[in-house]
Amino acid sequence: MKKRYLLTALLGLSLLSLFIGVKNVTPWDLIHLNETQGHILLISRIPRLMSILISGISISICGLIMQQISQNKFVSPTTAGTMDSARLGILISMLLFPAASSLTKIGIAFLFALAGTFLFMKILDQIQLKDAIFVPLVGLMFGNIISSIATFFAYKHDLIQNISSWLQGDFSMIMEGRYELLYISIPLMFFAYLYAERFTIAGMGEDFAKNLGLNYKQVVNMGLVIIALVTASVVLTVGVIPFLGLIIPNIVSIYHGDQLKKNLPFTALLGAIFILFCDIIGRIIIYPYEIPISLTVGIIGSFIFVSLLLRSRKYES
Amino acid sequence: MIEVRNVSKAYGQKPVLENISVQIPKRKITSLIGPNGAGKSTLLSIMSRLISQDQGTIHIDGQEISQAKNEELAKKISILKQENRTNLRLTIKELVSFGRFPYSQNRLTQEDQQLVDQAIDYMNLTSIQHQYLDQLSGGQKQRAFIAMIIAQDTDYILLDEPLNNLDMKHSVQIMKILQRLVVELGKTICIVIHDINFASCYSDYMIALKDGKVIHEGTTEQIMDSSILRDIYDMDIHIQHIQNHKICVYFS
Repeated sequence: MKKRYLLTALLGLSLLSLFIGVKNVTPWDLIHLNETQGHILLISRIPRLMSILISGISISICGLIMQQISQNKFVSPTTAGTMDSARLGILISMLLFPAASSLTKIGIAFLFALAGTFLFMKILDQIQLKDAIFVPLVGLMFGNIISSIATFFAYKHDLIQNISSWLQGDFSMIMEGRYELLYISIPLMFFAYLYAERFTIAGMGEDFAKNLGLNYKQVVNMGLVIIALVTASVVLTVGVIPFLGLIIPNIVSIYHGDQLKKNLPFTALLGAIFILFCDIIGRIIIYPYEIPISLTVGIIGSFIFVSLLLRSRKYES
Repeated sequence: MIEVRNVSKAYGQKPVLENISVQIPKRKITSLIGPNGAGKSTLLSIMSRLISQDQGTIHIDGQEISQAKNEELAKKISILKQENRTNLRLTIKELVSFGRFPYSQNRLTQEDQQLVDQAIDYMNLTSIQHQYLDQLSGGQKQRAFIAMIIAQDTDYILLDEPLNNLDMKHSVQIMKILQRLVVELGKTICIVIHDINFASCYSDYMIALKDGKVIHEGTTEQIMDSSILRDIYDMDIHIQHIQNHKICVYFS
C-alpha cells in the first residue's frame, strides 16, 4: 500500500464526486462556469466533498485510536456504543432545549458520547474473557440498549422521523452552512498525530505505559475525548456511518502494523477513499435518486468485517 | 540501591505483603524466590511503582519514589512484567524505540536512534529488527522486550519471571545476557524466578518470600542450603555440587 497510489485514487475520486449529480456540471464547465453551476459547486458539491473527506478521515482515525487504547481490534465508534450515545444525546438536547444552537447540541451529544464510551470501557475492564469476537458483541449489545432508549423517547415525543435521520448517515442533505461543524475534527486530528506515540504505548497496557513514565489514564482519557467529540460532530451533521472506524484501521494494520504514527496517514487516506467510493456508488446506482451512505458503507463494510473476523479466527488457531 | 522499608500491602482483606524491609544491592543480580502466592510479583510491582503499597516506603538511591516524578523514574528504573501478550503489531525496532520515550517523547534524536540500534545489536536481533512481534518465537520476543529495557537505559532493571515459557537454551541465553548487563553496563537487576537452579547458577543475592514475609535473605552461597530451602519450600531438597554450582535435586 503506497501513499502515492492512495493519494492519486483519492484525488481522482474527489474530482469524480464533484461532477456527479442531477445538475450537470462537467470539468470543462470549470473554465466558464455559469451562475447556476458555480452555485451548485459552492453550495452543494464542494461542501459535500469536504464533509465526506473530513468524516471519512476522522472516523477512521478515531477507530484506530479506540482500538489501541482498548487493546482490542474490533472496538470502534460503532461497536462501542459511541455513535448510539451521541444520537441519544442529540435527541435529549432536542427534547430539553428545542431551540438549541448546533453548538449546544454538539456539546450535549459530546457529553453523551463520552459517557457512553467511558461506560463501555468500564464494562470492558470487568470482562475477563477478552475474546476478539466477544468484545465487539458486547459493544453492539450495549449500543443497541442505548439506541432503544433513544427510540423509546423518540416515539413518546413523536420525534421518530428526526431520530431516523441520524440513524442513517447521509451526505445528500449537506449544504453550505450545514456542515461547518465538522471542521472541529481537523485540529483534533493534528492533536491525535502529536499524541500518536502515546496512544500506541498506552495500547501496550497500563504497566508497560507506566514503566515508560507515561501518564496512562490521562492519555486514555484524552483519546476518549477526541473520539467522543469527533463522533458527536459527525453524527450531528451526517449521521451514523457504520463500520468505517472498524474496517479501515484493521486493513491498514494488516499491511503496516500498529505503530500509530506511521499508520495515521494511511488510515486517513484509506478512510477517505473508502467512504468517497461508497458515496459515489450510492449516488449513481439508482440515479437520479440516492442511497444513503450508511446503507452502502453498511453493506460493503459488513462483508469486510466478517472476512476480518474469519481471518482473525484463522490467525488465532 | 533499592531500599524497601516496612512495606505492607493487602488485596481487600487478604494481606499479601506484611512489613517487608529489604535492600536490593547495587550491581548484582538479585533473585526473589519463594512458593506461589508468596507476594514476589507484588513486591516487584511495588518497587517499580506499578502498584502502590498500603504502608511503608521505597527508596531508590536515597530518594523516595512517591516523591519522584513518573517521567524521571522511568529513566532510573524499568520493569518488565511476565504478561507481554500484546495484540499490537509492532516491529522489534518500533518496540525497542519505545525505550527512548522517557528521554525524547515522540521525537527520537540521532543519539536515541543509535542507542536503539545498539540495544538491538546487544540482543542479537539486528537481522530480524523489522519483523513483527507476532511472527517471533517466545525467546526472540522476550529478547526484544529486554532490548527495549536496555534502550531505556535505567540503572535498575526489574524482571518478573523472565524465563517464563522459554526452553533451556533460551533461558541460559537470557540469564547470561543479564550477567553481561551487570558486568559490562553496571546495571542492578532484580528478578522473580521459580527455577531454583537458574537462580542458584546466575544470581548473586537471594531474597526468599513466604506468605508475604521475607523469611531468608543472603548471598546465593548462604541461601542454597538444604535446611533453609526446606524452610522456604516445605520440601526436602538435596544440594549437589556440580562444576562449582550448587544444584538442587528435589524430585522424589
